[in-house]
Amino acid sequence: MSGRDNDKILDEVTSSEYKYGFTSNIEQEFAPVGLDESTIRFISAKKNEPEWMLNWRLEAFKKWQQMKEPEWSNVKYPKIDYQSISYYAAPKPKEKLGSLDEVDPELLDTFNKLGIPLEEQKILAGVAVDAVIDSVSVKTTYKEKLAEAGVIFCSISEAVQNHPDLIKKYLGMVVPTNDNFFAALNSAVFSDGSFVYIPKNTRCPMELSTYFRINAQNTGQFERTLIVADEGAYVSYLEGCTAPMRDENQLHAAVVELVALGDAEIKYSTVQNWYPGDKEGKGGIYNFVTKRGICKGPNSKISWTQVETGSAVTWKYPSVLLTGDNSIGEFYSVAVTNNHQQADTGTKMIHIGKNTKSRIVSKGISAGVSQNSYRGLVRVMNRAENAKNFSQCDSLLIGDKCGAHTFPYIEIDNKTANVEHEATTSKIGEDIMFYCQQRGLDPEEATAMIVNGFSREVLDKLPMEFAVEAKKLLAISLEGSVG
Amino acid sequence: MLSIKDLHASVEGNEILKGINLEVKPGEVHAIMGPNGSGKSTLASVLAGRDDYEISQGSVQFDGIDLLELSPEERSREGLFLAFQYPVEIPGVSNTNFMKACINAKRKHHGQDPMKPHEFLKMIKEKAALVDLDPQFLHRSVNEGFSGGEKKRNEIFQMAMLEPKLGILDETDSGLDIDALKVVSNGVNALRNEKNAFVVITHYQRLLNYIVPDFVHVLYKGKIVKSGDKSLALELEEKGYDWIKEELTPAQ
Repeated sequence: MSGRDNDKILDEVTSSEYKYGFTSNIEQEFAPVGLDESTIRFISAKKNEPEWMLNWRLEAFKKWQQMKEPEWSNVKYPKIDYQSISYYAAPKPKEKLGSLDEVDPELLDTFNKLGIPLEEQKILAGVAVDAVIDSVSVKTTYKEKLAEAGVIFCSISEAVQNHPDLIKKYLGMVVPTNDNFFAALNSAVFSDGSFVYIPKNTRCPMELSTYFRINAQNTGQFERTLIVADEGAYVSYLEGCTAPMRDENQLHAAVVELVALGDAEIKYSTVQNWYPGDKEGKGGIYNFVTKRGICKGPNSKISWTQVETGSAVTWKYPSVLLTGDNSIGEFYSVAVTNNHQQADTGTKMIHIGKNTKSRIVSKGISAGVSQNSYRGLVRVMNRAENAKNFSQCDSLLIGDKCGAHTFPYIEIDNKTANVEHEATTSKIGEDIMFYCQQRGLDPEEATAMIVNGFSREVLDKLPMEFAVEAKKLLAISLEGSVG
Repeated sequence: MLSIKDLHASVEGNEILKGINLEVKPGEVHAIMGPNGSGKSTLASVLAGRDDYEISQGSVQFDGIDLLELSPEERSREGLFLAFQYPVEIPGVSNTNFMKACINAKRKHHGQDPMKPHEFLKMIKEKAALVDLDPQFLHRSVNEGFSGGEKKRNEIFQMAMLEPKLGILDETDSGLDIDALKVVSNGVNALRNEKNAFVVITHYQRLLNYIVPDFVHVLYKGKIVKSGDKSLALELEEKGYDWIKEELTPAQ
């Protein structure tokens, strides 16, 4: 990261409002509020889905009805009434979207405001974008160029229509419909999301990115992402999210599945900036997400990098099942909580194959009266000879009313395992603050700088454009937390 | 440039500065000496605006501005620099990025645009050479894993970068071997000109062989009890502080 980016970021730290909080006046259609079998049939019909897909959903719904909402995490929120949410909201289609001319100008404007232009020539060089608003994908860019390389990058709805074999084979492979309460709910009502397939021995020619936006009121967003890297393939995928400022809480329950076959590598980066609620803790997104990857083949690698600054409540554990021998799982995370935000996030690394390695670097930053928890599991199964794990969990506290918690779980069934865990907790002290001030930085600039420094190891893992964005976000998220 | 009048400061109810008077003009170097616990470092901290201290009485004018009204960062941007006795470490923040942010904060305060990258690069190389810092150090995190000597050199480097009107050196010589002391002193001497001034706080005369002061003041029990030219420092080196204490006793 160059010095210039740093300065730009510091300069831009001027307003302390959530800058993505606007709403767009788009003509939309909704599913009736509430959830029963007919809701699922409605969604499936809207998407013109084949019978097998509908049945998959209905089966998930049956399982969900028998499940209980989990209560073990270190977050508190009022009970969600699942019957008061609308499970489908979509911008009304004018015509079938083939070219950009057919996209509602209001929608284009929305994404422009978010800094995500959908005109390909204006797009950040070399990043293909799938834009998802509420329940549907509105546009995927660079599709043709990717198709030349044999890469499939489309909305999951399209994939159900056009690539049913791949969907049937991989959907639910990593996160089964009955995996957990929110995953089951997602499986029943998921509306859209992205699908990526990288063929054998192909390096995806550009970064792929999905930008999720919740716009409609009183709806939940349930997107589903599936990324498959066939043998020897490589892909780097970025996910960004924002939502308008609203007084009520909104539910976001996504599922992301990654499948890396032999010698394949998937790098998945997230900058999560859902609306966190106001200073008093009113409103904000409940972010209950199941993200999991499987290193299915030998020598495969999955790397999760996340910068979590948004949401009122976050419950999220991007995980890797290390099934293939010599496979590698990585998790790099920066989670910031301010005001009344609560985050319970971490990872699971499940070592199943021989010589598997995992690395966890978690940086938690708490300010205001927020609570920030790291929860991680490192499990070494009995046939995982010579498994290695290194975990590092650092917490940084700003002020004296916030909390940082670490819950590391380690379960070892093989004596050859080598597992290391390091943890630190520090506070932005008066000495460092005074030092920075004496050099001319005001307390907010100083905090932004210290926090960026603290998070550098993780931020360095992000692709360039995202790293710049993430640094800005960190600074903005912590405004008003000092002084 | 700096005019301190009858300055009283206390921490947690204990009065540490008990009426300091000091006038510093552009182009001057003032040394402040004194036994341990006399209030030397407190004076430096109070001038820089550390908020652990309560100012009960007195005034400080800095280039016509009421210094005590300003926040620490405003004092810095107005041209006051404190070289810390114990510089802090800032993990993950490179020296380059740190300096860039500091310089641009100052420029913004004065209504100037951020410094152009090539100018900045040129400047940073020049100033690093001034205190004999390896350019590699610029990529390292601020003071992290630095030796005592490197930290002090880094303080002088930062001072060179920020080009203050007034540089306050708080026991910069403590913990330095003779070679490092020379490097640091050469750096300070290279920065001296007729427009800026330095207040050098030190326990030992040794530093003043290299940074030759125009005035030497002895701080004792929160007051400046004796002032003179550089020969006073030599006298203190030779005789210690006891004779000053004795001189003061009959007056009580």
